[in-house]
Formats: sequence, structure tokens, C-alpha cells
Amino acid sequence: MNRRTAHRTHRTKRRTTLAGTLLATALLATACTGSGGTSKGEDAQAPDDPKSVSGTIKVLTHRTDLAQDGTLKKYAAEFNKTHPKVKVEFEALTDYEGEVKIRMNTENYGDVLMIPAVIKKNDYPKFFASLGTVAERSKKYLFTDFTSVEDKVYGQSPMGAVPGFLYNKKVWKAAGITDWPTTPAEFIDALKAVKSKTDAVPYYTNFKDMWPLSQWTSVNGSVGCDTQATTRLAEGNPWAKGADLRVGDTLLYDIVREGLIEKDPTTTNWEASKPKLAKGDIATMWLGSWAVVQFQAAAKKAGTNPDDIGFMPFPAQVDGTFCATMSPDYNQAVNVNSDHKEAARAWIDWFTDKSGYAEANMALSPVKGAPLPEVLKPYEKAGVKLIELDDAQGAAVKEIDNQSEVGINKPDYRQDLVDLARGAKKGSLDDFLGDLGKRWTEAAKTAGS
Amino acid sequence: MTDTTTEKVARPHSAAPPVRKTQAPRQVRLRRGLTPWLFLAAPLILLITFTYAPVANMVAYSFTDWDGVSPELSYTGAENYAEIFTRAELFQVFFVSGYYLAASVVQIAAALYFATILSFNVRFRNFFKGVLFFPYLINGVAIGFVFLYFFQDGGTLDSVLRLLGVESDRAWLGTSTSANVSLAGVSVWRYMGLNFVLFLGAIQSIPGELYEAAELDGASRWHQFRYIIAPGIRPVLSLSVILSISGSLSVFEIPYIMTGGATGTETFVIQTVKLAFQFNKTGLASAAAVVLLLIILAVTWVQRRLVPDDKVDLV
Repeated sequence: MNRRTAHRTHRTKRRTTLAGTLLATALLATACTGSGGTSKGEDAQAPDDPKSVSGTIKVLTHRTDLAQDGTLKKYAAEFNKTHPKVKVEFEALTDYEGEVKIRMNTENYGDVLMIPAVIKKNDYPKFFASLGTVAERSKKYLFTDFTSVEDKVYGQSPMGAVPGFLYNKKVWKAAGITDWPTTPAEFIDALKAVKSKTDAVPYYTNFKDMWPLSQWTSVNGSVGCDTQATTRLAEGNPWAKGADLRVGDTLLYDIVREGLIEKDPTTTNWEASKPKLAKGDIATMWLGSWAVVQFQAAAKKAGTNPDDIGFMPFPAQVDGTFCATMSPDYNQAVNVNSDHKEAARAWIDWFTDKSGYAEANMALSPVKGAPLPEVLKPYEKAGVKLIELDDAQGAAVKEIDNQSEVGINKPDYRQDLVDLARGAKKGSLDDFLGDLGKRWTEAAKTAGS
Repeated sequence: MTDTTTEKVARPHSAAPPVRKTQAPRQVRLRRGLTPWLFLAAPLILLITFTYAPVANMVAYSFTDWDGVSPELSYTGAENYAEIFTRAELFQVFFVSGYYLAASVVQIAAALYFATILSFNVRFRNFFKGVLFFPYLINGVAIGFVFLYFFQDGGTLDSVLRLLGVESDRAWLGTSTSANVSLAGVSVWRYMGLNFVLFLGAIQSIPGELYEAAELDGASRWHQFRYIIAPGIRPVLSLSVILSISGSLSVFEIPYIMTGGATGTETFVIQTVKLAFQFNKTGLASAAAVVLLLIILAVTWVQRRLVPDDKVDLV
């Protein structure tokens, strides 16, 4: 088509030729977009001798806070003690997902990077170098499943988290509740007690900031204590009676319906919510173990006791025990186009095993058998069972999710759910969840074809 | 343009001086012909790289199933367009544009009112002009944040109302209607300044003696507005109407920053952005963007047919 356009312009008057050529160039440029995908599939081998591996590697990270306060530089210095010839540079990006997604259309996306959520699992071999086989890595590490494609692992999360409610212990005590609720109904009663006996807002939705609402999807697996929960999402209706997501969403709906949330959810503020929970103005929030550090820091800043920040599992028990799923953070991977794959691999191994990053963030270590962080000591005491979800169907779930436009990891449908519960939107919960289920199962039929 | 002038000059019978002097050498002629293009090259290259190439790109993507990152994309023909036109719920968001359309009527009326008043001799005229135009100069994202605090529970609006003795206990962004009215109000606040300046400019271009003559004839201020100002600014008025209709069909910044499209405030553009960046349906979203472009073009065309742009002749 381009050729024909160019051809015709040659015959017309000289004056239009230039414009025509320019236009043709523009069209040609259009035709050239969509870079040719070469399916590569390379390995990033661990170096035999850490002293000899060399090169300058660039690490893309979402932790702008650690880049600013110099923590990352300290990690690099520590790393250089064992790998003297590798120079590590960091590039911290505020809008990590958005920027890296676009950069990945080129070959220039650092040597080590966190795998953006948007990249499809099946595309991993095109973008990243493999770190080894599943059999080999799963002996030592957690979360290998989440980045494996056809028996090869492409990333490793340096830490893991467990979902749960953050709560202010003082407020809950003042309301007369000392034991963790074991059913959703008990949980609602507890929040009602908080409402009647204290001045605190029983539950804070963080509706305006949106992403905290999408955290509710992490109830999946924790409710039914099922390591195959992700597979069930791919194969069935996540909002069928008794399914994990339905239980979670129903609890959220009931909390809102009973008026146990903040007065105006449409103008909430995440940063401001942290000191509020620390001070006891807010009693509870559904987040994850990763948030505890931030709230303790906020407590210190607000001059209250950081130990008041408590952490409890989802109110559901199977055979008398709570369950909580362990899930990875961003997975670190090696750019398949990197010139220093050995050095990059050495960094990932060191960062996962020896950096102390997980401890510093009070997070789960991805190394199997490592002790639990301080935050999760109460879990250990209460005998909460920590399980790792099988992520073999993770890519399929993502695909169905996009296809159906439900967005289980996006805030939209839960915002609608909250609107429904507080009467800003008409309809019943059953119809709403039924519609989600219908869209989901219909998309499941066509996805992957 | 230049070509034709050189041709004219080059005509042999046009003037007495010898032909050799006017008939410049081939090289010079070529350079003369090229000069305007050299001047035009910079803006043209910029225009093509940053406007037409991306648009052409987007149109190309709209025929594919690209997800925005994957190195592979396949051509799907008009499938995306078929999907858009068979999913009625994608067009439901245009009801939200109704709020903004209603708001733009208010906006144009208010802008016209202020422009008329401030075109006469009023005290502190320039000060008020500045006050009215100021919001338009603020960045849209900043406005979103400012008004988020404004509408907060116990925020600026509630405080001001309390000062006036009104105890309001409503969540301004709480229900769909209330949220859309509030957001449309912000949009009026922001864009009225632009309409105002356009109108003011048009009004000031009306020759002053017309008013004088009208005053001598005993015309009141209302008559001056009705028979001099209103017809005088008609082209600008119809431009404003076109801009505000296409504007209300493609509202984005204010609702996106303030509510993110929650509580029934989702507009067509927000929906498109979500399709592209949340659900990674870049192909479908490109098609939606093309459809929006076509709708706006169609609406503008219909409007021009209904209200033709007559030549205004005041004198």
C-alpha cells in the first residue's frame, strides 16, 4: 500500500512530491512498528567464580524510596565485597509498571529488572534469560512456579508476603475483642463492637486510592486453605457459592452495608490512613504483611507505639486452623538482551540469598527453611498454616481476567461492589456477583484459543 | 505560492527589461522553489512525527489484537470495530457526557454574561478579567487534586457552607448524580475562562461607534447586546458550542484524577484508557478511540449543517 501511494505521488506535480514523500514515510514508519519478535530462550548462568565475573549492570527497580535514602548503594557496596569486578547501577522508576512496559518494546530495559505484571507468562522467554529449571530451583526457593514457563524459571522474587488485616490492637481490645474472629459473621460482630464501644472507624476501604481494594483478591486460597485455588479460578466460577472470592467479596459487602466504614469513601487518602490507624482513629484495613513496616514507621512518626499495629488472618478456618497464602513480590529477572548475564545472575542470587532485603522489609524470605519474620510470629503462635499456591494456571487466569474485563486484580469491580453496598448503585449482591461469574466463565471458554 | 509568482515574473512580455535578467539560472530557480519547503520542513516534520504518524499508528493498531507489550501482533480485520458496535454497554458511558453537555450550556451562558459586562466600562475590569481567566491557566491535574480536598468530607466546600449557616452532611462525590454534577461543576469552573476570553475578544473587535450610534438612538444595554453584540460574536459562539460538545464527549482529566471513573463517573475516554492499560486490549482501545474521533467529526458536521456559518455584516 505504501509503495502505491509513493508511486502515485511521483506522477503529480513537483510541489506535492515532497509532501507525498513525507506522508509515505509516515505510513512506512507505521508499517514498521511492532518489532519483530525473535523467540530467544537463553540462560543466565551463575558464574563459577564470583571474583572473576565482571561488567556494569543496570538494575531497574520500583523502590524509589530505597534509591533516595542510599540503601540500594549500600547493597551494591556489600555485593562488591564478594563480586569486586561488577559495577551495579540502579535506576529507580516512580511509575515502574508504565515506564518499563514501554521500554520493553526495545532491547534497552536494564540488565536486571522486576518483571512487570503486564507481561504475559508465555512471553517470558522472549524477554528474560532463564535462571534454571523448576526442579533445580524449587528445591531451594519459594515462588518458582510464578515465573516458570515449560519447566524453566525466569524470575525470582526477593521476598514474599502474606495477606491479612492490619488492625490497631488497642482499639480492638477497647472493644472487648481479644481473639481473632474465625468466621466472617464473627468478624462483622467484632467491627460492630468497635463501632459501638470506641470512636474509631471500624474499617477503612481506601476506596479513592483504589489499589488497596484490589488487595481483597488475595483472599483467594486463604479462605478454603487450597493450594489449587488459582487453578480453580481458571476452571470454574470464582463467585460460585462458597468459592473464596465470593466469601471475601461478601464480607466486604457486608462490612460496607452495615455502615462499618468511613463516612465518605470517595475522598479517602492512603498516606493519611497510615497514621490514622496507628493512632487508633481507624481500627482495621485489609492489606498484607508487607504493609506492617510502613504502618509501624507511621506510628513512630505519629508518636504512638508501633507494637499497637497488629496483623490477623482472614476470618475463616478449615479444621480449626487459619490459612494464609504466601505470594511473591515483584520477581527479579535478567534481560535476555543483556551483555553481562553472568553478572546480572550473580546479583539476583546474591540479592535473594544474602542481601538481607527480606528481613529489612520484615517480609518472608524466599529461601526455603528461613525463619519467619517478626511480623508473622503471632501467626506461628496461633498455628496459622502458610501455603504456597500452585501458579500453573496463573497465565490462564490473567488471560481470562483481561478477556472478561472483570479485573480481579484491578479495583474497578470492587469499587462497584462498595457502591452497591452503600446504595450509590442499584442492584443486589447476588445479581452483581452472578454477572461477574457469567462474564468470567464465558471468557474462560474463549480465552487461550 | 512562490512558484506562481516566479512564473509571473518570468513571463517575457511582462516588462521591458531584458529577459536574461529576470530568467534566473536554473540553479537559482530551483533554490527559490525549494526555499519555502525548507522553511516548512521543520514544522511539517514535527507535525508528521508527533501528530499524523501516531494517529496512523493508532488506526493501524485498531485492526490488530495487540496487547501493548507483546512483540507479536496479528491482524484481525474489522473485528475490533465489530466488537465495539455489538457491545451496547460500551456506549452507555455517553450518558455521563450529558452532565458535561448541560454544564457547558451553563458555562457558555456565564462566559457570555461576564464577557458582555466586562466589555463595558466597569471598575476593576482588568482585575476581574484576570480572576475569570486564571483557572484556565492551572494544570488540570492540579485542579483535580485541589477539588478533591474541596469536596472532601469536612473539606473546603463544607466549611464554606457552614460559615453561611448551612449544615450539609452530604458526600459530594458519594452518589452517581451528585458526583457527576460536582465534576461537571469543576469543569465549568476550569473552562469558563477560555470561553470568556474568546467572547471578550470578539466583543472588543466590534467597532465602538456602533455602540455610540445605538446609544444616540436610545438603545438600552439589553438592546445593544441583542442587536449588536450577539450577532457580532456569532462565529465565535458557534465555535464555542462545537468545542464544548466535542469536549463533553471526550472528558478525561478531571474525572480520571478525582474519581478514576468510580461511582458512575466513567467517560468514554476513561473507558478507553482502562481497556488499553488495565485489560491490555490496545487493539480494541485504539478502535474505540477511532470511533470516538468519528463520532466527534460526525457531530461537528451535523452541527455545521444545522447552523451554517453565515458571514456576519454589522455595518
